[in-house]
Amino acid sequence: MKAFVGRFARNRAALVGVAILLAVVAMALSAPWIYPGDPWDMVTEPFLAPGTNAEFRFGSDMMGRDLGAGIFHGARVSLVIGGVATAVAVLVGVTIGAVAGYHGGRIDRALMGLTELFQTIPAFLFAIVLVAIFQPSVRTIVLSIAAVSWPPVARLVRGEFLSLRSREFVQACIAMGMGDLRIIVLHCLPNAFAPIIVTGSLMVATAILTEAGLSFLGLGDPNVMSWGTIIGAGREALRTAWYVATLPGIAILLTVLALNLVGEGLNDALNPRLRNR
Amino acid sequence: MPRLLRILAWRLLQAVPIIVGIAVFNFLLLHLAPGDAADVLAGEAGGATPEYIAELRARFGLDQPLPVQLGRYLANVATLDLGWSFRHQKSVTELIATRLPATLLLMLAAVATAFTLGVVAGVTAARFLRRWPDSLISVLALLAYATPIFWVGLMLILLFSVQLGWLPSGGIETVGADLAGLDRIVDIARHMVLPTLTLALFFLALYARLMRASMLEVYGQDFVTTARAKGLTERRVAYRHVLRNALLPMVTMLGLQIGSLLGGSVLVETVFGWPGLGRLAFEAVFQRDHNLLLGILLLSSLLVVIANVVVDLVYARLDPRIEVA
Repeated sequence: MKAFVGRFARNRAALVGVAILLAVVAMALSAPWIYPGDPWDMVTEPFLAPGTNAEFRFGSDMMGRDLGAGIFHGARVSLVIGGVATAVAVLVGVTIGAVAGYHGGRIDRALMGLTELFQTIPAFLFAIVLVAIFQPSVRTIVLSIAAVSWPPVARLVRGEFLSLRSREFVQACIAMGMGDLRIIVLHCLPNAFAPIIVTGSLMVATAILTEAGLSFLGLGDPNVMSWGTIIGAGREALRTAWYVATLPGIAILLTVLALNLVGEGLNDALNPRLRNR
Repeated sequence: MPRLLRILAWRLLQAVPIIVGIAVFNFLLLHLAPGDAADVLAGEAGGATPEYIAELRARFGLDQPLPVQLGRYLANVATLDLGWSFRHQKSVTELIATRLPATLLLMLAAVATAFTLGVVAGVTAARFLRRWPDSLISVLALLAYATPIFWVGLMLILLFSVQLGWLPSGGIETVGADLAGLDRIVDIARHMVLPTLTLALFFLALYARLMRASMLEVYGQDFVTTARAKGLTERRVAYRHVLRNALLPMVTMLGLQIGSLLGGSVLVETVFGWPGLGRLAFEAVFQRDHNLLLGILLLSSLLVVIANVVVDLVYARLDPRIEVA
């Protein structure tokens, strides 16, 4: 563990990622104090350019809503949806991959067939269809993103479990008469942890991009202010007020970049032999 | 049977259960959607008597038991009949057929751009490992990898259409210009520049990173040492010996990315008002035209299956060691 932290801390790019990520988390946590009102409220005159008004430093959109409030509250939405969707997808993927890899045979073939099916359907289009059919809300968006992002986890975990199953310590557990569930959760899973963590951190980035894309198309939860929603609305005023669509985009870019840097840092630190790739 | 034909037959056979599975899945989604075609039509007409709705259901076969409906749906899909779009008053297949060429044009242009530039960038990065060209390419790739695709489109419009006025900001050709021949081709090409770049950027970054890793992998092999020992220049070693072998994994990647390319084109087509499949899907969402939306999803999945078969064939052609598994 100590060696891992040391390796991670020596990776400057990963530390930059952690710093940006902490800043975004701080924005998300402080949003209710810094911008106590509803970010949808019209609080000032429309089309206030950033830096022209001390009270509304980030400017305002075409309805006179505070862009700063939108960006700070949007950080909450992005992080929560990205995090929860990934957690659900990892849970589903680990379960399916573990069962398939541990049991093998017919169960494996059936589950991998299902995984391939989900992987064939174009992910973003699939997410659009799911959200459109089940009506946009935070819950349906989270579940839709999870539904399109679990297959890579399942394949990864299945591969790990296939090789773990034939290892001696697992065979010893089976010989001792230990239950399947106990072997899977207590003995196999901890050995597959590292790649799951790396994949998970990169998946949060993809989930945030997917959520932004959905809400840009107008498929966001109509009750929450999301970065994609602001860009979608700002698009109509691109010629007159470039900053409305530009600022939230930079927020998405930095957040996703930070998550990718952290994910790669974790990968390098967990697989020291691959460092020079 | 010739080897390639055998591989083709085997891959097509493998694709059948996937295609059937996708069709069944689509059918289930269509039935999970609140409100069926009869409800939509009745709502359209501003309300209808329960008798009329029942009659409509009978006419569309919606009153039949679910397995019967599923059987009929699968038979229809097998003949490429994807149902009727009540909004457009056209068959879904016809609607898709009119929009598909624009999307394919955009996708092919984007893939070609991303692949070519990605290979060049990856080779350059690998040749100048840990020197400034490598660092520059890596940083740019990281940025491109993290940027939302629709935002890239908006920023390109802002720069090249609004500020500089060099390129059109949307559409596939100048409306009402009535151009013909070469003029029309040039006009369409000008309209294609920004959407193609937008769609290509993410994949360009992906290919650059993959190509770099793939090149480094091949650089470590013995035959490269042999080539160097023969006294070949580094340049020749890179392009004639390493590049050729490093391209193989990229071909597989091309096939894997078709699905996300289709997803990306929904966003790009929406930003640029490009009259393709993605734009059609976007319209279908807001017209609540589930038949059309699921038809597009089904056809896109089919495209992915076809692309994978093609990629496998190309791969088998490039690497004679591949055999039917």
